Amino acid sequence: MSQDLFATFTELLTEEFGVPEDDIKPEATFEALGLDSLDVVELTLVLEEKTGVKLEDEELEDVKTVQDAIDKVAEKQA
Amino acid sequence: MKQVVVTGMGLISPAGRGLDDAWNGALSGKTGAAVDDDLVAMGTPVTICCRVPSFDPDQELGRGAARRLDRFTHLAVIEAREALQHSGLVDGSDEEKITGADRDRVGVLLGSGIGGAETWASEYPNYIEKGPKRTSPMFIPKMLSNTGAGTVAMRSGARGPNMTVNTACAAGASAIHIGRDLIRSGAADVVIAGGVEAGITGLAVSAFAQMGALSKNPDPNTASRPFDVDRNGFVIGEGSAVVILESAEHAAARGATTYATVAGAGASADAHHATAPPEDGGGAILAIRRAVEESGIDPSDIGHLNAHGTSTPLNDAAEAKAVRAVFGDHTDRIAVTSTKGVTGHTLGAAGAIEAIFAIMAMREGLVPPTANLVNQDPAIAFDVVSGSPREVDLRAVLSTSMGFGGQNAALVFTPA
Repeated sequence: MSQDLFATFTELLTEEFGVPEDDIKPEATFEALGLDSLDVVELTLVLEEKTGVKLEDEELEDVKTVQDAIDKVAEKQA
Repeated sequence: MKQVVVTGMGLISPAGRGLDDAWNGALSGKTGAAVDDDLVAMGTPVTICCRVPSFDPDQELGRGAARRLDRFTHLAVIEAREALQHSGLVDGSDEEKITGADRDRVGVLLGSGIGGAETWASEYPNYIEKGPKRTSPMFIPKMLSNTGAGTVAMRSGARGPNMTVNTACAAGASAIHIGRDLIRSGAADVVIAGGVEAGITGLAVSAFAQMGALSKNPDPNTASRPFDVDRNGFVIGEGSAVVILESAEHAAARGATTYATVAGAGASADAHHATAPPEDGGGAILAIRRAVEESGIDPSDIGHLNAHGTSTPLNDAAEAKAVRAVFGDHTDRIAVTSTKGVTGHTLGAAGAIEAIFAIMAMREGLVPPTANLVNQDPAIAFDVVSGSPREVDLRAVLSTSMGFGGQNAALVFTPA
């Protein structure tokens, strides 16, 4: 599950945001990947299209890394 | 009064991409109009338009930046870059960051009539169909018409005055006018000035068609035909043109190549109607007269006019009257062209595209022909160049622009 989500995030970050695939690691922060707060909100919209899971604004507050986001989505899918 | 010169030019238009290609496209007299597959698919009342040569924003700006920006900003960025490189203000260590001037004294003044039209077109259906919670957080910064100028500053490092001017179809010329004035006032040494538009959306095309502004001619090869007796509207286009304006002292101090002097600029309003010009030329007379008077040249020095010449019945006739009201019999000795036969009407970009074509005509002593002119309207008493370019020795050139809302602009250029 977590592996699938990592693949999903990798796909979104490379295709939608132009992040080089090699930079995308679970511990990488979105900030370090070049995404600002607007990008992260945009990411949640495309994520919802892909997975059906919508992360709300307040849930994003402690999402800093790719793994943080994966955990949140997994939690909501469970 | 400070002299302001042009030290760099960049443009992408339906006549071509890059200064040389676009200029050769203008000289060719070949129309850039074509039936557009997207417009056909949308079922718009008119399906002819003038697109710029295709380009890949991801490759030109980087994927991450491109997706955050509307098409009009893509166009602004690539042409500010071309103009900066042409001016020598970037040194090659970075293709956009200014190294040849104090960045705090470099302004940006862009004109746009519409701004992020494609962003409106793509995001509004999301809002309606998927709901308010699915609205993109990028919508506002992508759509705002000042994002073009703001983005050019971010990429070039220019921290001088930064503004967007909207006088609809005169915006590109107004930006050059105000940009020049910023330098004259001492607020900047250099201004990146121009016009940009990417408004070929189903909604805009439909609305212009409903107004009766667009040509109903189904043949793209003859639809945009300024000054022709059979003209029946404009062909919508898109584009971007940027000039580097610089005080003559600043340009001389860094040994820059100078391409023209912005000798005069005039602005006015018709105070008449939302979209139609007064039949007698109205406010355009004032704008042209102001530009010529301010330049200090003898009106008989004007040898070439790059006209607004949209190919609408009202505009072209009114413009001819306005020019004659200013120049009298000398009008017969002005070589007139409308490059919109080639480019279509690029709206907020037009004034800047045509300023560059007027400068190129002066530099090369060559006036481009008005495309598709077969039978000149007898009501238009202009010496229109048609068929092929005409060699003319030019001491001063004029470019005119008239925007919806009755907002007029005129620019006079002389050799630097």
